Amino acid sequence: MKLQKMKKRRWGDLGWAYLMIAPTILGLLVLNIYPVISTIYLSFTKTGDFGASSFTGIGNYTKMFKDPEVLQATWNTFRYTIGVVPVGVLLALFFAVLLNANIKGKTLFRTIYFLPVVSTPVAVAMVWRWLYNTEFGLLNYLLSLFGAGPVGWLTTSRYAMFSLIVVGIWSTLGYNMVLLLAGLQEIPKTFYEAADIDGASPIRKFFFITLPLVSPTLFFVLVLTFISSLQMFDFIYMMVDRGNVAMGSVQTLVFLFYKYAFQIYDRGYASAIVVFLLAIILAITALQMHLQKKWVHYD
Amino acid sequence: MKSSKNKRTNRNTLLVYLILVLGSLLMLFPFLWTITTSLKSITESMRIPPTLLPEAMRFANYTEAMIRVDFGTLYYNTAVMVGARTLAAIMFSTMAAYAFARIDFPLKNFFFAMVLIQMMVPGQIFLIPQFLLMARLDWLDTVKALVAPGIVSAFGTFLMRQFFLSLPKDLEEAARIDGCNQWQTYWHVMMPLARSGMVALGIFTALFAWKDLMWPLIVNTSADKMTLSTGLANLKGTFTTNYPVLMAGSLIAMWPMILLFILFQRQFIEGIASTGSKN
Repeated sequence: MKLQKMKKRRWGDLGWAYLMIAPTILGLLVLNIYPVISTIYLSFTKTGDFGASSFTGIGNYTKMFKDPEVLQATWNTFRYTIGVVPVGVLLALFFAVLLNANIKGKTLFRTIYFLPVVSTPVAVAMVWRWLYNTEFGLLNYLLSLFGAGPVGWLTTSRYAMFSLIVVGIWSTLGYNMVLLLAGLQEIPKTFYEAADIDGASPIRKFFFITLPLVSPTLFFVLVLTFISSLQMFDFIYMMVDRGNVAMGSVQTLVFLFYKYAFQIYDRGYASAIVVFLLAIILAITALQMHLQKKWVHYD
Repeated sequence: MKSSKNKRTNRNTLLVYLILVLGSLLMLFPFLWTITTSLKSITESMRIPPTLLPEAMRFANYTEAMIRVDFGTLYYNTAVMVGARTLAAIMFSTMAAYAFARIDFPLKNFFFAMVLIQMMVPGQIFLIPQFLLMARLDWLDTVKALVAPGIVSAFGTFLMRQFFLSLPKDLEEAARIDGCNQWQTYWHVMMPLARSGMVALGIFTALFAWKDLMWPLIVNTSADKMTLSTGLANLKGTFTTNYPVLMAGSLIAMWPMILLFILFQRQFIEGIASTGSKN
């Protein structure tokens, strides 16, 4: 009797479990799982006129690895990431450590640094475009005071990527800083008190207490920044106009994907590009997971 | 000896403040420049040397931006997109997360792997099939299309599962003994306990929906179906060099989220911070 009741209840639990995951799982199937498979399939097809597609095997991939535009975009994606990740994360850590000290106005500073995170990227891109403007931009005016410039910040291949990296760092600093600050606040105060008794210098305290104990958060921030930098699109779309000679030197894989998928309508080729990006992201994340054993300290 | 040490700490604190203030100026300056430029005339905006403050407040830039772009409609579209995605994410994610955290059922790991896969792959990989789906449903150029891909949240499911796992089991066990079924336990016991997790998830979802550019760009091309982001990007096409009007438009598009942030900054910061530490 009791057993029967328990059995009934067990079946009831199962029913509820499937009902409760149903919306999420159905949504994932339709909106995510099927699309991944579909995109991978599309990457093996050739998009003809009128959107009709035919199977070509690895045709898109062989074409892609010989296409100078794709190779350059891959290089650009890496350049942007290498520019944003180390400097951006180190700066975020630097400011998080400063804010973690016992200072007044912590909340105000935190709010200010977080402001770009809540701002529309399109609006942010617009004012940076204006600051970078070759003829009337504030930056070139400041340079001219020192007798330098004018520099084509967004219009020359030499500087465009650098300019985008600066905006990339500026706009994500607050986000990373807030994550790191939360990690820093979890470090028990007693560790620092013990170090004070031993007369440890602030530098020693940073390297022997702060850094190892914040390393799990730092690792998370690194992975996150890597992944988001590898997918850069918004700022290029907004700051580098079509026909700008610097476009070739800044367009990333995601931008190229957008161009082929939704402007040129070559969906097969676009799919191959985005599958290539997927492979890059998975490889880098796997590498990071492997390397973390060497430097991330879990309790 | 002691006083010299005090002097040194004082000097250090001063240095810390100096760096923080300098950093704040760098963070704030683009916003200040947006505001001042939005109040200048075109000729003044292009003057060299540039004026720091506008000579005369030219609010006409704002009217001009509002004539060219129907911001009311854009606010509405964006609010529907952000609001619907956020509500759906909270509702469906907590439900699924509860089941994943607390009920044993066949194929649980298989279903949870689907959640993890969604989180690991770059979002662009979904775009072409999602777009084709919208086209097949005849939803292109509708507000529905803006909401659609955000109806489920793998990240939300993952986050809330972690959250539920961190909660003690005693309360639910008591509820179960009292005869509550799983749904009642979820709804009456777990949901009230999960409030802070839901706030964090809501803020996270809203913020990223708000910042989404590529999806609204590809699905909706009519001016009255755009979001603030795409509408503003469109304004750039019309006023290529009229920066005062562009800056005015930027401010009109930016202020709602900035205001929300300033009003609820503790929730914003703690919410975002908790998405990091739980992982």
